[in-house]
Amino acid sequence: MRGLLLIALILLSLPARASEIVGALSQNRVSLTANFSGSEILIFGAIRRTADEVTIQEADEAAGSEDFDVIVVIEGPRQAVEVWRKERRAGIWMNVDSVGMASVPSFYAVASTQPLNQILSPEADEAFRISARQAIRAEQVGDGSPETLLFAEALMRIRERSAQYLSLERFVHIDRDILFRTNVRLPSNLTEGAYTTRMYLVQDGQVVSQFRTAIFVRKDGIERWLHELAYDQPFVYGLLALVIALIAGWGASALFRIIRQQ
Amino acid sequence: MLVYLPIAEISTNLFTLLGVGAGVGMLSGMFGVGGGFLITPLLFFIGIPPAVAVATGANQVVASSISGVLAHLRRKTVDLKMGTVLLIGGLIGSSIGIVVFRWLSALGQIDLAVQLSYVLFLGVVGTLMLQESLRAWYRTKKTGSGRRKAHKHTWVHSLPFKMKFRVSGLYISVIPPLLVGASVGVLSAVMGVGGGFIMVPAMIYLLGMPTKVVVGTSLFQIIFTTAYTTVMHAVTGHSVDIMLAFFLILGGVIGAQFGTQIGLRLKAEQLRILLALLVMAVCIKVGLDLLIQPDELYSIRIAGGP
Repeated sequence: MRGLLLIALILLSLPARASEIVGALSQNRVSLTANFSGSEILIFGAIRRTADEVTIQEADEAAGSEDFDVIVVIEGPRQAVEVWRKERRAGIWMNVDSVGMASVPSFYAVASTQPLNQILSPEADEAFRISARQAIRAEQVGDGSPETLLFAEALMRIRERSAQYLSLERFVHIDRDILFRTNVRLPSNLTEGAYTTRMYLVQDGQVVSQFRTAIFVRKDGIERWLHELAYDQPFVYGLLALVIALIAGWGASALFRIIRQQ
Repeated sequence: MLVYLPIAEISTNLFTLLGVGAGVGMLSGMFGVGGGFLITPLLFFIGIPPAVAVATGANQVVASSISGVLAHLRRKTVDLKMGTVLLIGGLIGSSIGIVVFRWLSALGQIDLAVQLSYVLFLGVVGTLMLQESLRAWYRTKKTGSGRRKAHKHTWVHSLPFKMKFRVSGLYISVIPPLLVGASVGVLSAVMGVGGGFIMVPAMIYLLGMPTKVVVGTSLFQIIFTTAYTTVMHAVTGHSVDIMLAFFLILGGVIGAQFGTQIGLRLKAEQLRILLALLVMAVCIKVGLDLLIQPDELYSIRIAGGP
């Protein structure tokens, strides 16, 4: 809270320019350790208005309307994926065809003050690639056929269900017309990498100002060590798996034998 | 309490993993089976990617077989020569299985192939076991004992490359044991099982080995074949999850201790009927998943993932 006030004070003391958005994160590092069960990130910031806008704002407030909206987007590292479709063949449901998508976000959360379609024009959404649909757009264009679009829809549907793609409408709260904040819950099945965090200040359907920062997610501790070993020294990793299995399997039964004999 | 699995890249409840391990360990203690054929489908059901489930299943079989192998070696109920021939077959089979596994993964059909192999093998083995054990149960009820004939002379005994297996008291061609070993090796790579449920009947009925060395010798072959399979999956697919394996093994050894105690209180015929029913149940569950229309027809695969 003190951070918010500090930002607000700095912003207020700056000379007047066009309206701007400035933001920060409660943490910009997330460690995937053995007991990682997801992480709540607080995204907060402030809106700086130009002097004449402040007077307009006051007039608007008298009329009971708000002018600014804020959209926060968190985008996980992009990955190449294949989306497979099942069909019944000889009575069995099996994968029959697939569409490859070269680069789709592993995580995508859009939080906004109001439902996106009420505050953002489709053109602005397309230009800044804000909604999840726009974020995987380049892949949909592939051959552009309705078939391919079905696969893109399926990708979004599956990832929404597994809480990897989130649409958090009315989750951004604006306080005293200047401070905004939102909570985004990162799920437990995170991919390592940089999660770009974009904040947009929106007015009359257009993006007025944007601010970017990032959250770095990495495996840590024994998880990191095991994952690196598995990919860098797969043979050693395989042997380690065997040694653990042999010691655990033999050790435990030897232990139980001793317990039983006593 | 959640644990993050570094290779499967998901968080799973620790107690679910321990519970799966303990449940399967208990059953394997009761019935004297490795339990790989149960653990791999159970891992599918809790959402572990099939490739990781199979590779980690093979790793778990290594742990659940080791104490059995040591016990049989102490009691000298292992035919090391026969075991070695079976093992050579097993290593060849496992290598073929790994290649097939990679190829099917690239085609996007590995889930289907694994599930179909489960339905097929568990269905056949379950039916045969149920038939055999019901017959044995019926016999013991009626007359008290039914004796099996000493091994017959079949086509197996007319093949070339004969070898003497002193412990088993056999003089037979090495081709059948190599083939038996190889088919078990393929199963271990593709299904993540030890393959005892195929090998033990094959050793008794096909090779004509005496029953007292069958279990020890099959365990000897299984432990080396699954060890090889584990390392090969780790090298070719990076799909062995040590963290997952560790919790399954931990649950497994504890469960096995209770299972052995329960097993001692039940009659052999009853045990075999129960095991047969269990095998059939797993088979039916995996089979229904293939036949019933899934809620979601689409699935996502991450390129380069396990």
